Amino acid sequence: MKIHQLSLFLENKPGRILEPCRLLAAAAIDMCTLTLADTERFGILRMIVSDWEKALSVLQAAGFVVNTVEVVAVEVPDHPGGLSQILEAFQDTDINIEYMYAFPSERGKKAVLIFRFDKPDSAIERLKASGIRVVESDQVYNRIRE
Amino acid sequence: MSTHTSVHYQGFHPASAPDFAPVPQMRKLQLDRLNYVVTRAYENVSLFQARLNSRALRPDDIRMLEDIRKLPFTTKADLRDTYPFGLFASKMPEVVRLHASSGTTGKPIVVAYTSEDVGVWTNAMVRCFASCGVNQGDVVQNAYGYGLFTGGLGAHYGAEAIGATVIPISGGNTDRQIMVMKDFCVTAICCTPSYFVHLLERAMELDVDVHSLPLRVGIFGAEPWSESMRRFIESHSSIRAYDIYGLSEIVGPGVGIECSHQNGLHILEDHFYPEIINPETGEPLEEGMEGELVLTTLSKHAMPMIRYRTRDITSLIPEPCPCGRTLRRIRRIARRSDDMIIIRGVNVFASQIEAALLAVEGTLPHYQIILTRSKGLDEMEIQVEVTPDVFSDKIGSMEALNRNLVYALEQALGLRVAIRLVEPRAIQRSEGKAKRVIDRRNMDQ
Repeated sequence: MKIHQLSLFLENKPGRILEPCRLLAAAAIDMCTLTLADTERFGILRMIVSDWEKALSVLQAAGFVVNTVEVVAVEVPDHPGGLSQILEAFQDTDINIEYMYAFPSERGKKAVLIFRFDKPDSAIERLKASGIRVVESDQVYNRIRE
Repeated sequence: MSTHTSVHYQGFHPASAPDFAPVPQMRKLQLDRLNYVVTRAYENVSLFQARLNSRALRPDDIRMLEDIRKLPFTTKADLRDTYPFGLFASKMPEVVRLHASSGTTGKPIVVAYTSEDVGVWTNAMVRCFASCGVNQGDVVQNAYGYGLFTGGLGAHYGAEAIGATVIPISGGNTDRQIMVMKDFCVTAICCTPSYFVHLLERAMELDVDVHSLPLRVGIFGAEPWSESMRRFIESHSSIRAYDIYGLSEIVGPGVGIECSHQNGLHILEDHFYPEIINPETGEPLEEGMEGELVLTTLSKHAMPMIRYRTRDITSLIPEPCPCGRTLRRIRRIARRSDDMIIIRGVNVFASQIEAALLAVEGTLPHYQIILTRSKGLDEMEIQVEVTPDVFSDKIGSMEALNRNLVYALEQALGLRVAIRLVEPRAIQRSEGKAKRVIDRRNMDQ
């Protein structure tokens, strides 16, 4: 199951991240998790929100350049070796991880990893074949609430 | 000489105009009118008379069209020096209209029209609309500014005379422009190309599908624009985008217009006589060679302009146009000699930058050139707005876009310049002429 991630182009200037956050707050949209990738001149804000379609239209109406991509969420026990077990599933495949980020769930006992794969469908098959549980989109939202 | 004020243009067909006249007939008409206008200027404009006298020239020394080369040039400085009315050849009671250009430096320049001149202008604009396929039955949204700027009223009179329904909406209030375009079933629009791009962008935000509207013709002028910009406009709407040329000093819009072949602009040369000169020496250039366009008004009374140096760089196209018009064509104006940016000794025109940026797939023509000076060295930064078409969530792709833009510019300009990707709307939109260059070089010294 893939999850919709919103990505937002931001200029690298003080205060730029505030406006999208304000807009989402005003629309009562919860940000489950976010990460900011930045360069010297610009940044890309990537986030998973409670209602991605509404968030997309709110942000676009405000003039932001937003795109949606499908990412894959995987839950792992938060202990040494949790991540490497997953990465090993992709050894000897041509599936590439473009980027990834993580957030804790269940009060820190577990971690949810968000992967942006170049081939998300093959990646999910591979994860399932390796016995790794892929988190459904509604569950991602719930994980953060727990 | 004939005037046009009483002419009705409803149901106008371009074949009835001098557009298709045999060349010898046109040359004879031009010579007759040149003799008239030179005499008129000599008798009524003291600056022109003094200049002819100092060359020991008399109006009757003009015996053939080539003799025009003996006449002195008129420049923008002459208009400024004689501000406001010094070059008028008519007494004030005969003048029915004044327009003025927005002077970016110092005083504006003032131009005058008798009622016959307004008729000449209307005649030229009628033929321009006809050339773009606009006629009675069309609904024309005139989004050129009404006022001292010639664009608004020039297009208005022409569109009304041809029998179209004119919406004198003027510039600005973009949301209302889109509402009117949709609700009034607009078929043709007149504005600057950059403003039309802004309209397209806003329409998209408002979920108005421009492709589904009856709009089919755009007549764009008042600023230089590129072929890439035309492709952008035509692919993002269902219109044909035509270039119109004009300048206040000569008449306003209506000096030249594209035809259905969209390959060069026909000069309405029964009213405006074109020459191409070497901008450095003032020597006439052979047909086909690129140089500065010089225009002489052949039909105007209140303010005859003899060999006016437009500072626009173009060339006359030697081949006849397949449309059948015998009016000579100029290539679209890519640049004005005074719009040139000299950066680290290299000559650069905004239009070159525009073409290079648009050559990179998916980019939108919203850009601005920022010039600064750091430690005595000129720096150029080009700000380009990021669009949904080019945006990616991957840093690597965005950096590749940045590199591609730098590369495209380096190929086009022979100069390495900095690109800054900016958020949509970071660059201020103009309702008229786009401000492409911000020169802060003097401020930073």
